[in-house]
Amino acid sequence: MDWDFLSVDNLTISFGGLKALDKVSFKINRKSIFSIIGPNGAGKTTIFNCINGLYKPDSGRIIFKGEEITGLKPHKIARKGIARTFQNIELFSKMTTMENLMLGRHIHINTGVLSGSTFFRRGSKAAQEEIRHREQVEHIIDLLDLQSARNQFVGRLPYGTQKLIELGRALALEPELLLLDEPSAGMNSEEQQELTFWIRDIQDELGITILLIEHNMKVVRDISDRVLAINFGRPIVEGIPEEVQNNPEVLKAYLGEEELADAAS
Amino acid sequence: MDMRRDYYEDIQLLDSKALWFWFLMLIASLIILPFLVPSYYVYIANYMAINVIVAVGLNILVGYTGQISLGHAGFFAIGSYFTVLSVTNLHLPFLLALLLAAIIAAFFGFLLGLPALRLKGPYLAIATLAFGMAITQVIGRWQIFGGRMGLEVPSPTLQGLLFSDGAYLLESDRELYFLILPIAFVLTMAARNLMKTKVGRAFIAIRDSDIAAETMGVNLVYYKTLAFAISAFYTGIAGGLYAILIGFINPSSFSFVLSIYFLAFVIVGGLGSIFGSIMGGVVMTWLILRLDKVQELPYLGSILSAFSDRWMSVIGLPNISSIVLGLIIILIVVFEPLGLYGFWIRTKIYWKTWPF
Repeated sequence: MDWDFLSVDNLTISFGGLKALDKVSFKINRKSIFSIIGPNGAGKTTIFNCINGLYKPDSGRIIFKGEEITGLKPHKIARKGIARTFQNIELFSKMTTMENLMLGRHIHINTGVLSGSTFFRRGSKAAQEEIRHREQVEHIIDLLDLQSARNQFVGRLPYGTQKLIELGRALALEPELLLLDEPSAGMNSEEQQELTFWIRDIQDELGITILLIEHNMKVVRDISDRVLAINFGRPIVEGIPEEVQNNPEVLKAYLGEEELADAAS
Repeated sequence: MDMRRDYYEDIQLLDSKALWFWFLMLIASLIILPFLVPSYYVYIANYMAINVIVAVGLNILVGYTGQISLGHAGFFAIGSYFTVLSVTNLHLPFLLALLLAAIIAAFFGFLLGLPALRLKGPYLAIATLAFGMAITQVIGRWQIFGGRMGLEVPSPTLQGLLFSDGAYLLESDRELYFLILPIAFVLTMAARNLMKTKVGRAFIAIRDSDIAAETMGVNLVYYKTLAFAISAFYTGIAGGLYAILIGFINPSSFSFVLSIYFLAFVIVGGLGSIFGSIMGGVVMTWLILRLDKVQELPYLGSILSAFSDRWMSVIGLPNISSIVLGLIIILIVVFEPLGLYGFWIRTKIYWKTWPF
């Protein structure tokens, strides 16, 4: 067991006077699924933004595969093998599904300005590279069942499909660590069921470690190996799903103290 | 699905025999065109080709990467002046001088790209606007650039395109046509190819969502400045060709209004479309040249002249051109944000589904 695949150590960040994260620490095992739960505004997405470099933490360290990545630029962190999806979909809406996924392969393609602008034959280097990567992307399209959306502009596709495309784009990067920010939000229960299978598949078959932010406790219970609950930027408890779910502190964070008392009586 | 797909189809320019036919027909007609029409129309065609290069270059920046620029007249001026100076002072062959000038323009594009990393929308517009105006001021006050008096542009010679001098002058519009059009053609094809591969995708990704692009490994600093540099390179080439087409350059040829015209090509043609850039460059060049002669129109010309004498400033009538262009831009933005390219797509769909 390799417990140091990703380790987040005393992560702290504040915006103005507000401490968005206060000494958050956790470790993720390779090829496991780790979930972060907590009420709205608890700082879950902020953790993601720190891990992939959109925010620079005030203090604390993030170590990925034994290498410190704290404060690196997002595109450098992507090259280390960390991909993510967003809570509010951030797709390239004027591109087709195929092109969106091809952008996910950005770091694997070498075509530059000169070779890219001068391909006029099938045999040219840039054309060959395009063809090869399109084949790769086709596997992801098959895996996520996106054939019907393949050549459509993603801006017009239904919400659930867009969520899947975003997942596909993250997979196209061939990440070792995948950050999923509320993947099931806005999906109906059937879609959520499918999503759980896909996440399991991604972990089992592709061997990708997954860090998940999720509100839906059913999804969390079904797939997580470990769960971290946070509130007001502070960690409450970490453990296996059942443990965390029944922790009184966690219930209090979600329901509030009074309602908890009401429910008990 | 077991069907093996050919992925080259996705990126190739002409995917059917019929398209190849029309493409070759187009090239053939472009080759024989200057022999069929009067010299003045060949001059207009040259002007159009130059503006198509500008439109394609500016569209890479504005349409594809989503960065505004109101300073492209600056790059155009840099391209013009450095081409002329490299030929007259350094005695470089014309094509090499053109390339050098375009690379210098690209370098300035890179420099202007740096503030663009922190500026967006109207703020970027102001920064680029200041750049364009500063360039003409610098040129106007510096003796080496001929100051306010401007520079005479020597006609290139046929041998002088590649070697440092020669006897056969390329003077007539028809001769220049066969210099300018191939360059415009190659640059347009190059831009089209570039937009289909990694670099183009990165540009579009930055436009649609820079955060997502960044987290997918797109280096924003590199690609934003690259977009500025490529765009300036195109505009620089166009500027150099413009110098030999006109034969004389001075700072007032590169005013702020020229930058607005350039932007109008792109907006009218269609943001984020190479084909749209071609249409925008061609149609707008024609329109601008027409509007310059608005007095000569039957009836309307004299009415407008009278109106302008009575109500507008001393230089009244030339303003008609700006007024009409402004109006066209507003109408396009309101009713057809995709410009002429949008019209083209709609017409195509209409005929595909006709008569239903």
